[in-house]
Amino acid sequence: MATPAVNKQNSQSKIIGEHILEIVSDSGEGAQKCGQSFASISAKMGNGVWTVEIIPAEIQPPARTREGASGIRIRVGSKKITNMGNEADLLVAFNEQVPYSRIVQHAYREGTIMLLEKKWATSKSEEIREKYASAVKDFKNQGIDVREIPMEEECLKLVKNPRKGKNMWVLGMLCYIYQRNIERAEQQVRYVFRKKTVEIIDTNLDLLKAGYRWAADNLDLKYEVPTIPTEEKLVVMNGNEAIGMGVLAAGIEVVSMYPITPATSASHYLAEVLEKSGGLVHQAEDEIAAIGFAIGASYAGKTAITITSGPGIALKTEFIGLAAMAEVPLVIVDVQRGGPSTGLPTKVEQGDLLAVLYGQPGDSPKIVLAASTIEECFQFIVLARKLAETFRIPVFVLTDANLATGQQPFPRPKVQKDWFSPPIDQSPWKEGVKPFDWNPETGLSRRPIPGQSGGIYTLTGLAHNEEGIVSYNPDNNQKTSELRSRKLATINKTLKPPSIHGEESGDLLIVGWGSTLGAIEEAVDQAIELGAKVSSIHLRFLSPMEPGLKKIFSQFKKVLSVEINYSDSSNDPYIDNENRRYSQLAWILRAQTLVDIDCFSNVKGQPLQPKDILAKIKEELDVK
Amino acid sequence: MFGLKHDIACDIPDKYYSLEDYEKAVPRWCPGCGDHAVLTNIQKLCREKQLDPAKTVFVSGIGCSSRFPHYMKTYGFHGLHGRAFPVASGIKFRRPDLDVFVITGDGDCCSIGAGAWMHAIRYNINMTVMLFNNEIYGLTKNQTSPTSRIGTKSNTSPRGSILPPINPLQTTLGISNVSFVAQTVDWNPAHLYATLNAAHEHKGFSFVHIVQRCPVFQPDLVDEFKSGKDAFYLIKNNDGIVLDENAEKTFKNSVEHDHTDINAARNLAEDENGKFYLGLLYQNKDADCYDDYGAHNMGFTAEQKMEVLNEELDKRAI
Repeated sequence: MATPAVNKQNSQSKIIGEHILEIVSDSGEGAQKCGQSFASISAKMGNGVWTVEIIPAEIQPPARTREGASGIRIRVGSKKITNMGNEADLLVAFNEQVPYSRIVQHAYREGTIMLLEKKWATSKSEEIREKYASAVKDFKNQGIDVREIPMEEECLKLVKNPRKGKNMWVLGMLCYIYQRNIERAEQQVRYVFRKKTVEIIDTNLDLLKAGYRWAADNLDLKYEVPTIPTEEKLVVMNGNEAIGMGVLAAGIEVVSMYPITPATSASHYLAEVLEKSGGLVHQAEDEIAAIGFAIGASYAGKTAITITSGPGIALKTEFIGLAAMAEVPLVIVDVQRGGPSTGLPTKVEQGDLLAVLYGQPGDSPKIVLAASTIEECFQFIVLARKLAETFRIPVFVLTDANLATGQQPFPRPKVQKDWFSPPIDQSPWKEGVKPFDWNPETGLSRRPIPGQSGGIYTLTGLAHNEEGIVSYNPDNNQKTSELRSRKLATINKTLKPPSIHGEESGDLLIVGWGSTLGAIEEAVDQAIELGAKVSSIHLRFLSPMEPGLKKIFSQFKKVLSVEINYSDSSNDPYIDNENRRYSQLAWILRAQTLVDIDCFSNVKGQPLQPKDILAKIKEELDVK
Repeated sequence: MFGLKHDIACDIPDKYYSLEDYEKAVPRWCPGCGDHAVLTNIQKLCREKQLDPAKTVFVSGIGCSSRFPHYMKTYGFHGLHGRAFPVASGIKFRRPDLDVFVITGDGDCCSIGAGAWMHAIRYNINMTVMLFNNEIYGLTKNQTSPTSRIGTKSNTSPRGSILPPINPLQTTLGISNVSFVAQTVDWNPAHLYATLNAAHEHKGFSFVHIVQRCPVFQPDLVDEFKSGKDAFYLIKNNDGIVLDENAEKTFKNSVEHDHTDINAARNLAEDENGKFYLGLLYQNKDADCYDDYGAHNMGFTAEQKMEVLNEELDKRAI
């Protein structure tokens, strides 16, 4: 039965600490644009914000299907928000089928408000009418608070084709519900459509205002999310844009890439801006050529980066080994997605760690950094460039699909001159210095750049001596392997042990890496409030590993890694302590520290939610 | 200075490079291998042009011929099998001051590196490319190559190869933006030198197909080339590769050809009567060069870069 849900009851707004809202639609209806705009407006007003995009893997999936759901989740609050949170409080659905894709992921709870496009109730197709009615009934049975909204009907008063524009009407509606500043909202709409005609901008502004007015006149939903008073200047962007800005900040001159989801948007951004900053984006013919080109540029003294995802890393493997062997500085970004093979292209996973560390034949030492926030996506590119040059080594920066499309405000970086790569050195090479003049203690050496007279050498992936000359001498190969590896130990000695979130000793220590930081710390905080003796650490350096881990682990009764990648559950058939396959960080930590580390991980393609981690902590510690 | 009159403009180079200045290790190729001849002629070319060894880079893949950079006293990059082109392209992209040479073999270029080959032709980056085609895998000891003729017996086709070979000239001439295609042989030094010289003069991706002998695994081919002088036709074209009279005499046959006509070039490349046309098949001096794009907006200062970054951050300021 249709619900007369739109009675306006009172105009008092309810003050809330935070809310999670989702907008889901068919692909191409603009739910993401609507949600991103809402998030930007909220961030600009001073709220904490985190967004997660809901992306179908197909370009144009069939309309009104569960698989085709496209949308966005926005968690908005008074405090800093560090993760996607648990179930949504409010949902806008453009048809009654798309919410099912989220229901199977347990995205909603009893009492979640659903603002549902009503037009399907009166569809010409009997099949659609029936599907609609049965879905509404089903939602209500699940305890969802369904409100049917005449979105299309209202939009038709302003535009002929509401498929384009409904999202801005919805934005207006949400701006009323959450008491967003309408002038900021108008600025945002102008910004979003800045490349369009004045006519299009005006139409979208009209839709925004109409949505706002309609909500004011017809809805009894009105929330206020108090803003954080801060003097600090903030910026807001997604993780891939942050990588792009990191490239600008590092002064990198060559970005060599091949399109791959979910990494490509970083290169889109760079293709737009890098030329203004003295760099160029090269779209190579394939992943292998992309890294080969970057290595060529770096060999010739131009700072270079290649940006890809897991399947791209697989293809680049041979060149990664060459960069390690021949000691060519290079930054490689891996925006991880679900694997193996083509896997889940648009979904999150932390499944590339072992491939990145050990994917090459032989020993291939490299630095691996993992960004855990959008801010770190920015900072780590600058850091990676410097490490690559100083240690003459390939440096990975691992991010993931969650960070790539998520938006979060962070303090505006204060731009520093020493971030940028210095101009290429063409002064004569110092006489007597060999092209691989390894320091016998640290393994470090300076490298000649083509153009430097006196520095002539032939780079080779074959075993070579200090002159760069091919050498099959057994002792030489042993020694040079040690020196390449030694560079990692040298870095390790400069690192501090990771900081501990919570007490320095207790019953349980959670170890995480990458984008799970916010969810882990939120769950740990909640568990501590319930009396659990739990703490967490979060690793940024995965090669070399941060120091002091064994000592930290020794202060806890149990250590548990929490990751988004595959592990056998100890309860699974045939699985025992000897044959169990652990999650990827757990494997490494077990090997490195000989501590019997347990793991909690899954490959559902979703960011981990605090409630799942909390449930695991409760189970481990028998806390209620 | 030195008692010279002031109005005498004397362009004295800092240093005169002799052949020895380009010679590094003693090549470890088999006696009778054509690679020796190419190396000698390249060193001669470097000396004739007085190329600054510090500004010259030899890039190769993997294979017998790809050891080439180790024998040149210039900068070198001996990389991965089939991947010389992406590396060379990356080197040259933003370093217009470097003189880049690429050495590749028939397996390296036409088999494992075929994808990169095709795109390198299209990028048309200014480099001198030598395809050493001896129709066999030598370094890995006698396997069939994509350019091996039907019936070639090797360790991987002991009963003779069954597929028709790839014709590298035909392939190269089929790619958009092709700008320079020439063919020569390793045993005719005058022609070899003249061809390499013309390739080096050309601005763009200068592709030189070198018909070669492998004395160890293709000895029959050596004899065939020796006895089959009739099969080689000298391409005669004005503004093309011009030989002196004595060198011309080493050819029994010749053909007139317009190297600006791509259809005529393709006809020569596709000749199926077993004829080899030596010289310049095709040249387009006006083809777009990707490194012209790569060489623009360089040399930004840290201050300029800081300004752009600050602007970008401000766009996202709350």
